[in-house]
Amino acid sequence: MDKYNTLTQEIIDEIKAVSNHVFLGDAISPDYERDEMPIYGTHKPDLVVQARSTKEVSDVMKICYEHTIPVTARGAGTGLAGGCVPMQGGVVMDISQMNHILNYDLENFVVNVEAGVLLKELQEDCITKGLMYPPDPGEKYACLGGNVATNAGGMRAVKYGTTRDYVRAMTVVLANGEITHFGATVSKTSSGYSLLNLMIGSEGTLGIITELTLKIIPAPKATASLIVPFTDLQTALSAVPKFKMAHMNPQAIEFMESDIVKMTENFINKTVFPKEYRGQDIRSYLLITLDGGSQEDLDQQIDQASRLCFENHAMEVFIAETPTQISNAWAARSAFYEAITDEIKLLDECDVVIPINHIVDFLTFVNKIGKDLGLDITCYGHAGDGNIHIYQCSNEMSEEEFMAKNEQFFDVIYAKAVEYGGEVSGEHGIGSSKMKYLENSIGKTNIDLMEGIKRVFDPKMILNPGKVCHRL
Amino acid sequence: MNICVCIKQVPDTNRIKIDPVTNTLVRKGVPSIINPFDTYAVEMAANLKERFGGTVIVMSMGPEQALGALRVCLSVGADEAYLISDRAFGGSDTLATGYIIAGAIRHIEKLEGIKFDVIMCGKQAVDGDTAQVGPQVAEQLGLPQVTYAADIEGSASNVIVRREVDGGFDLTKVQLPTVITVVSSKQMPRYATYATRSDAKKKTIHVLNSAAMPEIDTAQCGLNGSPTRVVRTYTPVVVKNGVTVEGESAEEIADNLIGMLDAKMLL
Ligand SMILES: Cc1cc2nc3c(=O)[nH]c(=O)nc-3n(C[C@H](O)[C@H](O)[C@H](O)COP(=O)(O)OP(=O)(O)OC[C@H]3O[C@@H](n4cnc5c(N)ncnc54)[C@H](O)[C@@H]3O)c2cc1C
Repeated sequence: MDKYNTLTQEIIDEIKAVSNHVFLGDAISPDYERDEMPIYGTHKPDLVVQARSTKEVSDVMKICYEHTIPVTARGAGTGLAGGCVPMQGGVVMDISQMNHILNYDLENFVVNVEAGVLLKELQEDCITKGLMYPPDPGEKYACLGGNVATNAGGMRAVKYGTTRDYVRAMTVVLANGEITHFGATVSKTSSGYSLLNLMIGSEGTLGIITELTLKIIPAPKATASLIVPFTDLQTALSAVPKFKMAHMNPQAIEFMESDIVKMTENFINKTVFPKEYRGQDIRSYLLITLDGGSQEDLDQQIDQASRLCFENHAMEVFIAETPTQISNAWAARSAFYEAITDEIKLLDECDVVIPINHIVDFLTFVNKIGKDLGLDITCYGHAGDGNIHIYQCSNEMSEEEFMAKNEQFFDVIYAKAVEYGGEVSGEHGIGSSKMKYLENSIGKTNIDLMEGIKRVFDPKMILNPGKVCHRL
Repeated sequence: MNICVCIKQVPDTNRIKIDPVTNTLVRKGVPSIINPFDTYAVEMAANLKERFGGTVIVMSMGPEQALGALRVCLSVGADEAYLISDRAFGGSDTLATGYIIAGAIRHIEKLEGIKFDVIMCGKQAVDGDTAQVGPQVAEQLGLPQVTYAADIEGSASNVIVRREVDGGFDLTKVQLPTVITVVSSKQMPRYATYATRSDAKKKTIHVLNSAAMPEIDTAQCGLNGSPTRVVRTYTPVVVKNGVTVEGESAEEIADNLIGMLDAKMLL
């Protein structure tokens, strides 16, 4: 077991000598104790640095390395796996104040940013320049550094891939405080191990990302969303693989059931989707976004996608094509998480990825297990890439009972996911919450490899201890 | 019930940022949208058509780009669409705009051979927030006006408008023909279906310029016809909402009000 030291007044003074942005004791906001899933545990940091520069991060890291003080990197704290929670106390390195978009290189289609820039800021700034930063996770107020550290996915991953596909280079402060750069602006490389890709999805366990070079693309000229109602979930999901077969490439294909749509509409006080069609109840929906290089291209895609939906027993195809209609169509989808957390006292979630031909069977299984255990199950997710968000909810159970049932639930469904060839997390990461299931899924050999890699980057294991592969 | 809905294309004000240095609106890259309140007016018109029959015609005064907005309206319940477009109309203030739209509405009635029972507008356009054009159109046409409509109740011969007012609703009975301005509601406007969108794509949008409508006097249009001048635009400061005076009975409420005014030494 790795041993850590606690902060002494001398160490605090050393840190204060290199940073003017230090918070201690009551001046530390309770937000730093948690992310969006406090159920995985909360812990107060002993000291918070709101870094403003790579040098400041490096200077503080050197001190923490020398004294073996744990350091947990933090972006906006919107994570869903307990990743940024300093479970061993020590220092939280808050990067969110490093929030400048530095420059665009429009010949190479990249943008340089500090790691604390919010996803929303970059997305909006790109739009004003006719550009698009494609990764589009639901939470727009996350930091780009956090997105990279968790390899965030999101709605557009079907067509455009995940955050990983848009990281060209980065500046990293290593555990010993050394500053290094991984990657380059170029679009190809066959130059040794990809340290860049090791960093992506490393959840603060290998180094602290301070600057990023991100790939951007010209914005699509025309976009539309289709709201496609079905009489049941199975029929809806069966339509999904057909898009690929028809050489169609939608930006997003989300699935959702009518219950969660209704619950969310109550929460946002808006009626967004039709609930019945010609006297028949709508039970589930696909929400599909198409984009094209021109209006004609988009029109042709709308025709093709609509025909495909009808062939696969869609009740109707509703089309949202103005910016207002599109954001209305996504208004409910974007608020699912808030709506659930608003109504439910005890809640846990997972974001398994399943090969898309098995989603239907898997969800049937999940619902049955939930029912057997007395948990209320709500599912929705990225049908296009098989990434399902499953919420186990209860307003009746005691916390103890819930946690026990929940663990049983996870044990069974993760085992099933592995059986289908799935993965534990599609985009939210492992943090402290899913370590056991990661090990069960990829096996001891692979976990040992991961831990070995961590030890090379971080010999004293001070970076985000007790996360991902690091067993305390 | 024959209905004319007036719509306007506006920049998406949610996306507009204020340049911190020059204090002006940064419109670059900001997409155009149909004024959100107008989309609720189209929805209300489509609903009335479903209940009472008749025709829904949408019209917009503006540049050619507004054709796209009109086509969208055709896909969500409008039967015909007119674009009122002429250089002579550019730069009109609300008075001149009301004059032109009223003239165009009369002209459309002649072309279509119908009389409109209801003329609808959004309660205001979000790019100027004046809320004046709907009422100006009513004045120009000599019609009654009902503003802030959330819903229409009653029947075609007994139209009762549910108006949104601070803290509640009031019901206003109105004689047709009338002008109604519409607020947004909880129920989002309908989407096009594949079929309605395909039909809308096949329709012709009629374009009317000033030469086509000789009854509109160009001297009363555009900058020349506009007595108002915009000196400065700014975002108004939000003033705190009023207080609700509560009590069991009217007397008690009145007493409480007197007490509050007294406490502030306003009596
Ligand atoms: C409503 C809601 C919707 C969401 N939807 C999605 C979705 O669709 N797809 C998706 O993928 N995620 C989603 N998320 C999860 C979350 O937004 C992402 O995981 C996001 O990438 C976290 O970014 P953050 O800045 O908040 O990171 P934090 O929560 O602060 O940190 C997350 C992890 O990254 C590490 N980290 C943060 N910054 C750095 C850095 N600079 N260097 C090194 N390590 C760092 C932390 O140590 C931690 O382990 C959603 C969350 C919410 C609340």
